[in-house]
Formats: sequence, structure tokens, C-alpha cells
Amino acid sequence: MSPRPILLRGGRVIDPSQGVDDVCDVLLGEGAVVGVGREIAPPEGTEVIDVSGLIVAPGFIDVHVHLREPGGEHKETIATGARAAAAGGFTAVCAMPNTDPPIDDPASVGFVAAEGARVGAARVYPVGAVSVGLKGERLTEVGEMVDAGAVAITDDGRPVWDAGLMRLALEYTQTFGIPVASHCEELALSRGGSMNEGLVSARLGLVGIPNAAEDVMIARDLMLAELTGWRLHIQHVSTRRGVEMIRAAKERGVAVTAEATPHHFTLTDEAVDQYRTDAKMNPPLRSAADREAVRQGVADGTLDVIATDHAPHHYDEKEQAFDEAPFGIVGLETAIGLTVTQLVDSGVIDLRRMVERMSCAPARAFRLPGGTLRVGAPADVTVFDPAEEWVVDPTKFLSKSRNTPFAGWKLRGRAVYTIVGGRIVWKGRE
Amino acid sequence: MIATNPYLGKDLIGLEPLSADQIRAILDTAEPFKEISERPIKKVPVLRGKTIVNLFFEPSTRTRISFEFAEKRLSADTVNVAASGSSVQKGETLVDTARNLEAMRIDMVVIRHSASGAAQFLAERIASNVVNAGDGRHEHPTQALLDMLTIRDHFGRIEGVKVCIVGDILHSRVARSNIWGLRKLGAEVGVCGPRTLLPPAVQELGVHVFPRIEEAIEWADALNVLRLQLERMQAGFIPSLREYNRIFGVTRERVERAPRDLLILHPGPMNRGVEIDSDVADGPHSVILDQVTNGVAVRMAVLYLLAGGAPETAEAAKRGGGAE
Repeated sequence: MSPRPILLRGGRVIDPSQGVDDVCDVLLGEGAVVGVGREIAPPEGTEVIDVSGLIVAPGFIDVHVHLREPGGEHKETIATGARAAAAGGFTAVCAMPNTDPPIDDPASVGFVAAEGARVGAARVYPVGAVSVGLKGERLTEVGEMVDAGAVAITDDGRPVWDAGLMRLALEYTQTFGIPVASHCEELALSRGGSMNEGLVSARLGLVGIPNAAEDVMIARDLMLAELTGWRLHIQHVSTRRGVEMIRAAKERGVAVTAEATPHHFTLTDEAVDQYRTDAKMNPPLRSAADREAVRQGVADGTLDVIATDHAPHHYDEKEQAFDEAPFGIVGLETAIGLTVTQLVDSGVIDLRRMVERMSCAPARAFRLPGGTLRVGAPADVTVFDPAEEWVVDPTKFLSKSRNTPFAGWKLRGRAVYTIVGGRIVWKGRE
Repeated sequence: MIATNPYLGKDLIGLEPLSADQIRAILDTAEPFKEISERPIKKVPVLRGKTIVNLFFEPSTRTRISFEFAEKRLSADTVNVAASGSSVQKGETLVDTARNLEAMRIDMVVIRHSASGAAQFLAERIASNVVNAGDGRHEHPTQALLDMLTIRDHFGRIEGVKVCIVGDILHSRVARSNIWGLRKLGAEVGVCGPRTLLPPAVQELGVHVFPRIEEAIEWADALNVLRLQLERMQAGFIPSLREYNRIFGVTRERVERAPRDLLILHPGPMNRGVEIDSDVADGPHSVILDQVTNGVAVRMAVLYLLAGGAPETAEAAKRGGGAE
């Protein structure tokens, strides 16, 4: 049963995939985009929504989330995560495989896809593991996982430490057309570390993780992408050298895409002061110079994609001594606000680039449907208000977890309608 | 009612957040308390009726005993909780331990823990006064205070004195507390040790860095020689203890070449023949045992101040009534 057609009337439609930035209407029907244009006459039975003053964009896609199911249901489930995504303005998310047990075979990929479909909030695309059991030893059954719905593979949460295995992954995936996403961390340099290595770690007496731990792995993976000619996606880039190396690799034609997270373009390691475990993440918050490089990387497209690395944790787990608390923060419900406030309002990017980084580029990087409002594309639409001011109140999150360093922050920019397959899955206002 | 002292606030977590005046107040308050330990009857009623828990998640002999003597000589009621055999070993979290202590309405907690930030974590969650007796690699404020008191006893001042901390700065909470405390009181601070055992950002802490022990000795008025934990060698930070002693050891030969009398401090326990030779540790310029004596006085001062006492009434307090 397909929903009623929807006409989004009078919004500012920004669709970089077809060079559209115009005040006009968008008609959705039968789960697809029917038309974009001025003064579209709604067919009978259409739900007409006045979106004047709002931005209408192809649906935002977060290619990096942890939904924790199976095994971590006290932190998040596919259902709560997909609803949190919708509330944050995302029409699709890519679920990382580091669950317990990990998503490393076709059956578990199928479970994530089926559960996502059952929930019917944001679309949930499973990402399979590179290695069986995330052990870094043997390649998973990539072909069968792709048949079951996997859109990429990664051992995220940890690196593929064996360069030979990473090479195999970048070769074997070519048959199936999916990218390999990489969490770049040289464990021999980061082991025991819980925050960025620098003055703050020296003061707090915490073991630091140097930039080099990330940089040497980015360098390695870029070489392997060049060697194999295949598509590497570098996750959560946090260092200035990392940005530089990716920029240089792109200039010589290496098939690499890369992410920036809202926390890395917003915060520095100063946020860890007073042992705030809600500022503990991996890669860690870095220096002001690194943050600036990440912002510039987003601006010039070196970092194609804004992704949240949404990493929910139960409050008990974060309520520990800093060393013992787990890495990660939730991000789905603050991403639009942080991107508008930190990047758009300060002139680093304009709204067109924001839509490019949050919708078009992620769709291209992971070869997902969407990322466009072309006629016939899935009716996945994000309608947001870049001027709405709001205060982050974690108790109102739809996510099961509240671990955010942004509680109490005043942000501008928030999703008003999230539409998936022509169905409204989130309404931010009455 | 838990006291919040006008001089120190509720807790003593580290020396980094304290002002020079606050640090001076502790050192000045320690002076009159020194004498108590010299009496035949070493007890005054300053903390009578106060309950103090010594919560040691990490093994410690000298710090725990020093605190215990300080508490008992001030007439507090004390309970020792060690990690082994306690509910901690049964998996109780730090936050639950804190809440249980709170529920027992204790006045003060002295905490030693292997995690940096553990003392602050506890202090933020309970109303009792919290004294940090060493948290991970972060701070060990009472050790630095007793080091500073010992330096002041010897030189008559701290301002302008050149103190070099020698050894494993990277893992040392004693080094961090000394750096903050000494610098706030106007001393010049140097550090010396293998580069693998110095924090990468060490210069930004405002200290001179001496790559060689000979240069440190040439410069310094006092050396504070840190214990070299044997596990540092196992972890590969240094190739061997033998080489460490050869290159960084504080030996008599090196000390004799110093251009001035060099005061020798060591927070203990010592590895004789590794970071310090016996004839230096036992030699004429060593104040290592004075440090231990001062440790009790400094801890009495901290407990007294946190309980609401004033520095200027410490002398009167130890003769008669309580802190309030």
C-alpha cells in the first residue's frame, strides 16, 4: 500500500546532483520523486505541505553509525537508532558491523536489513565485516553478504592491521562494486591511549594517541587503494596530515572518499578537560590546527562526506574513570545543528555544499539509491530549517543513549520533515 | 555537615588548580603540626569525632601509613579499605563505592587509584571531603607538598630555587604535582630523563628539559629523584636497568662534581643502584627521611584545613579544641 502523494510546496529546493537551487515545489508519489518545478498542480488526494522558508533536499545519508544490535541492545537497537536517524533528518544510515556477534556473514547482514525494513524509519543499510569475527585474519564471504544487502565492508572500531588482508579486501570487493571503509589506526602507536597526545593529555596524566597513529595508517591505505585501483573510504579523519594526504591522493586520481564527523570539526582535546568521558572518542578530539584542517577539508571536498560515527553507550559505561570508559558519542540528532552552526553560519561551506556532503556524496561513495531528487529517484527527502534555534536536551533524544558532549549547546538548524519512500517518518513541528 | 574550607574548597585533588596562596597556606599550616610528632604523647583532639576512610585501590605502604598517622594524631576515627578483599574485587564500580561511602555519612575520603581522574570522579559525586593520595599518572598533591616543605626547610624559601626532577616523568603523578606546585611558588623546575619517559608536550608544562643528568646536576640546587618502576623496562621504555644507572643514575661521582651542594630528595621507595646510588641516598645532602617526617605534618595540615580549620589557628588548635 503506497502512501498518498505528497507535494512539498514553496521550499528552497537544493539538489546539487542536478544543479537545482530554487524556490519551487517537489511532488512525491508511489515512493518516488514525481517532479520538481514551479507551481506543480497536485493530483487528487495529495497531501500538500507548505514548506516555505525551509530547505528541501535529497535525503541525508549517514554512512557511519553504530546501531549496536545484536549484542548491545542496552545502548541502542536498530529500531531506536533508525528512529533517532529520522529525527535527526537522515533518511538512510549505514550500520557498522562491530556488534556482538559481528555482522560478518550473509545471515547476520540479512537480519540487519530485515529489521531495518520492519522498523520503517530511516533506511538501514548493513555494512559487513572485512574479516571473519573482526579478527583481521580471513576475508568474509563478501559476495554473499552483498547479495544479502551489504553496501560496503569494514572492520570499523579497529583497523585492518594486516596490510596483505587490506589489499585482498580492496581487490576482492571489485567484483561486487562496493567500497572498503577503513578505520585508520596503527595500534602499535595508539595502544593504551584514551585521548589525543598533547598538552592536555600531559596535564591530565592520560595516555595520548598521537596523530601519527592515524596518519601512518591513512598513508598505508592510500598506497593500497592506489595499488589495487579500488575504492577506499576513509572514516572519521581527524588529523591535518590525514587531510593533506587524502587531498594529494585525490589529485593524482586515487579512488578515495573520506569522512569528517561533526565532533571533529567542532571540538578540540580541550573538551576532555575535567576528565569528561562524553568527549572520549576514537579517533580522539585533536588540536585546533587539526580541527581547522578538517573544516578546510570539508570546504574543498577533500572530505566528501559528513558522517556522525554515532556511537551510543549506556550511561553506566560512561560513568567511569576516563581510562575505563568506552570511546564514542551519539551524533544522529545533533548533526544538522552542528553542521549549520559550525560550518554554514561561519561561512566554511554554504547550504548547497552542506547538502552535497550529507546527501549526494555519501550516496555516491557507497553507491546507494538516493542523494538526488531526479524524477524516478526514491522519494527520500530531508526538509530542514537552517534558522531554527534550539538547545540540545539529551533527555529528548530518540536514541537510547545520551552520551553527547553537546548537552545544553544552543544550535541553529534542525530537521522539520524526514520523508522515506514517500512516507513521513519524522515531523519536527505540529 | 561537611566542611568546605575557605582556604582550599571541598577537596584536594591536585596542585594545578590551587593558587600560590593556597599552597603557602598548607605549608604554613604544616609548620606547627610538625611538633606534635615529636611529643611523647602524639595526639591532639583537632579532628575528634571526624570519620575518615582511607580508600586504597592500589597497593601503597608509605603513603597510606603516613595518612593514617596524620589522622590518628589528630584523633580522627579511621577505616582502611584496600582493593584486595573489598567489594571492588567483586566488581563494584567506583560510582557505587562512592555512593555507599556517602550513605555511611563519612566526613573525608583519602583515595589512591590507578586511574587518572579517579579522585576528581569521586569528589564530584560525594559530599565528603576528598583527598587525592595519587590518581594514575595525574597528581599526588600531598607528596609534592611534603617535597616542597622539605625544600623550604632547607633553603628557607622556594622562590628562585632550581629543582630538577629526574627519571620517569611520563608516568609520574609525583612529577606533575611537583611541577605545578614548585612553579606556582616561583621555583625553577627542570626535568631530566630518557626521552621515552618524558611526556611529548613536556616543554609546554613550563619546565627546562635536560637530556643528560650531568647537565641537570650542573644546573640544579636540588634533585628530586623518582623511582624507576621495574615494569618500564619490561615495557621497553628503557633497554636495561644497567644502562639506566650508567646514563641517568644519580651517583656519588656525579653529585661530587656539582658546582654547589646538591639537595637530594626521593619520594621512595628507592631502587638503590638503579636511579640512585646508596652513598648518595645515605649521604650528607640527602633529605629523604626528612621528607617522610614532613609527610605526616603536611597531611595533618591538609586534613585540618579541609575540616574547616584556619591556618592562623593551627597553633591554638593543636593545643586544645577541634577544627571548628
